[in-house]
Amino acid sequence: MPDAGSEPLLGRSTRVRSSDLDLHDDALVSALRAGDEQVFSDLVDRWGRMMLRLALSRVGSRLAAEEVVQDAWLTVLRSLDRYEGRSTFRTWVLGIVVNLARSRARAARREVALDSEQEPSVDPARFLPATHPRWPHHWAVEPAAWRTPEDELLAAETRQVLLEAIDALPPAQREVIVLRDIEGVPAAEVCNILELTDTHQRVLLHRARSRVRSALERYFAAPETT
Amino acid sequence: MIDRPLPEMPCRELVELITDYLEDRLSTTDRARFEAHLAECEACRRYLEQFRRTIRALGRLPEESLSVEARTALLGAFRGWSRG
Repeated sequence: MPDAGSEPLLGRSTRVRSSDLDLHDDALVSALRAGDEQVFSDLVDRWGRMMLRLALSRVGSRLAAEEVVQDAWLTVLRSLDRYEGRSTFRTWVLGIVVNLARSRARAARREVALDSEQEPSVDPARFLPATHPRWPHHWAVEPAAWRTPEDELLAAETRQVLLEAIDALPPAQREVIVLRDIEGVPAAEVCNILELTDTHQRVLLHRARSRVRSALERYFAAPETT
Repeated sequence: MIDRPLPEMPCRELVELITDYLEDRLSTTDRARFEAHLAECEACRRYLEQFRRTIRALGRLPEESLSVEARTALLGAFRGWSRG
């Protein structure tokens, strides 16, 4: 749902898309409290990928991620009476996934590589030096053209490159790019879910996108020297 | 207003500002510098287009869902919870 970014950012109720489940948060929560299994299973399916990918940003295996998602839903049901509508229901649920996945990763000591503060978007060796008389800090090795139609970006092989690039990201970057670019969650909601400032969220997103782009570049084109 | 030329934005600075540009978070000055550079630099236009294609490709990754086992277990837990 890449268009979600164009929706109003704040104060928006989570909407379930299928017609008979076009409920706002209050109605959703009431339906769950009343034991409406259709609403529950629809939410499990609709948010399934997002919850899984978010969990996978922190835990090491698909199996562990599935357990986090299950734990998260059980926590949601147990805590439903404490949901006060201060954030959207989706934000609240995803926040629970993040907390469970992070604490599980801490327990497994997977919390390693901290983000380096000054990670350049592009290898600095690809730019001319600041002392260059005519073109300081301009491209020395330009980005090579991707000789591939847009369609090929959707091919199975390309998807594999994308998924591997995402796997290789530091967890904090992965959480942001999963929510923003794969799931289309608006920036303000991502800040709430991950408890990030707007600026930090954008820094992490930019680093993640830069790394994924360069993975695609390695795949689609060898850089040309100019 | 004095029409003083803005300091040029080198390629190396531009690549750091693309997300800020796409999210409309650049200052008016930086936005003008960004766009002035783009107008002159084919390599940066290509870089920006690749950045956009990367974002579009990410937005089109296929759906996937919980395993059947996990889903069945969850629905079972829900029934137990709503009865209890």
